[in-house]
Amino acid sequence: MPALLWADNVSFRYAAGAPLVVEGVTVRLSDGALVGILGPNGSGKTTLLRLLSGTRRPSSGRVLLGDRALDQLSRREAARQIAVVPQETELAFEYRAIEIVLMGRHPHLSMFAVEGPDDIRIAEDALAATGTSHLAERPFHELSGGEKQRVVIAAALAQSAQLLLLDEPTASLDLGYQLEISSLLLRLNQDHGVTMAISTHDLNLAASICRELVLMRDGHVLAAGPTAEVLTPEHVKALYDVEADVQVHSETGHMTVVPVRRISR
Amino acid sequence: MNIRRRLITVVAAFAVFAIAVMLWAPTVGSTSISLARAFDRTIPWDSNVDAQIFFVARLPRVLAGALVGATLAAAGVVLQALLRNPLATPFTLGVSAGASLGAMLAVTMKLELSLLGITAIPLASFAGSLVATGIVYALASSQRRGLSTNVLLLAGVTLNAFFSALILFVQYLADFAEALRAIRWMMGGLDVADYFPIIAALPLIFVAFAAFAMMPRTLNLLSVGAESAAAKGVDIVPAQRLAFLSASLATGAAVSLGGPIGFIGIIVPHLVRLMVGSDHRIVLPASALFGAAFLVLCDLVARMVMSPLEIPVGVVTALIGGPFFLWLLVRKS
Repeated sequence: MPALLWADNVSFRYAAGAPLVVEGVTVRLSDGALVGILGPNGSGKTTLLRLLSGTRRPSSGRVLLGDRALDQLSRREAARQIAVVPQETELAFEYRAIEIVLMGRHPHLSMFAVEGPDDIRIAEDALAATGTSHLAERPFHELSGGEKQRVVIAAALAQSAQLLLLDEPTASLDLGYQLEISSLLLRLNQDHGVTMAISTHDLNLAASICRELVLMRDGHVLAAGPTAEVLTPEHVKALYDVEADVQVHSETGHMTVVPVRRISR
Repeated sequence: MNIRRRLITVVAAFAVFAIAVMLWAPTVGSTSISLARAFDRTIPWDSNVDAQIFFVARLPRVLAGALVGATLAAAGVVLQALLRNPLATPFTLGVSAGASLGAMLAVTMKLELSLLGITAIPLASFAGSLVATGIVYALASSQRRGLSTNVLLLAGVTLNAFFSALILFVQYLADFAEALRAIRWMMGGLDVADYFPIIAALPLIFVAFAAFAMMPRTLNLLSVGAESAAAKGVDIVPAQRLAFLSASLATGAAVSLGGPIGFIGIIVPHLVRLMVGSDHRIVLPASALFGAAFLVLCDLVARMVMSPLEIPVGVVTALIGGPFFLWLLVRKS
């Protein structure tokens, strides 16, 4: 299957002379894929997502969206096809949830245009898809962590993009919200056909919803492929220096990872 | 929910208020005049004292106040969104300190130059604001590709302190009359004698407002965060450059006309946000209109409160603004 989004041997450094934070990475997202990007802190996951979204250009290598080079597209064109859910959203001013979601329509509106009925319907659909319709008029800063995250995902959905890149979407959420967000993502992928890449620290989240995994360490890809093949005790050990037990959970049928002990490198 | 209708209704309400204030303010003063009589074309100009007071003595000052107030308030809105800091002001990035140093030097060096009829002090103050803007911009751009808003903020604050030290130094060397004249300028004042200084400042302010008009949705996104704005289709670096340069240019022009009148750029945007929320498509035009009305009213207080003595309008805005700023800080935490 042709790749929808393809990072071809990309490397990146944040400034001239700085070390490479991503080095020779190749990642292919085919249409409808749900890919997890795993790796310890500082392994280059966030940077890889920035390269895939086109908000940063690779120092070498290239990123292709369909058959076009991503850096040939304007920011607006790219944002119509690739939406991003950032790790944290910190507002400088107070906005209502619906205002945040409507901001997702930005790449579809010309400079002086105002959101019309279609844009509002799309925003309302995005709220509905994330189960946040009842929060529309609430001030964003008064929402709980899980509610905020769902509104931010709704804002990304309102971009009507076929690709959604999420940077640690469950990082600061409690167990209940983690489960809620992961089932939301699975539903968006399966029912709405959104192609996704998710960076996460949560091995069990990745194991439960991602069909493919990319394991990263020190800016390199350690392993990539179908979840069942990639998520092995050997790879967990190579990734985190942790001895782990990997099993298929009897009730859910998902793979689960139980860390056993830390080993020194 | 019709967003366009809401934008138009709210902005129109602010426009009506601003125009009402600008028509009413010139009728108030040591001699009260009738608006109807001032606009009565059947009375010959020579014998229409009301019209003479309205158009010659008071309207230029009101218009200057409106222009300066609108500009400082709008520049405040733009810089607050750019820096993602609701406590930023148009003077945070060193523009006013640069302008004050320029004015100070013009006074002490007894500069007599003029350009297209604009006199030395406004010229020098505008030049000073350009120098300050240039320095801050160069520092913030030098770090890496793009514009670092952190460096922008730190460089601006540092430059403010450094220029203030230079101002004190020049003041120390100046003679008494010069120092007094410069200090009086730095208090801010709208004692405009005719329409010319207003017309001279207009083109620059017009250019800046044209840039502001392109920005509101981008400002919404920037205030949510640069990375997320980029992912939603904003070209971050050009957007930040345009915001910084247009706001600085507008501030420089406003300061050269009215002096560094403080607090307008923070009080007005905050009051407007309390009234209408944070959407910059409303906040930006509404702040410009409310800023115009607000400064005209402050100037009215400055003219009337110790009449016939006039106190500088910058003193009035600072007396209102200081406690307001502290209230905002307390409310935040």
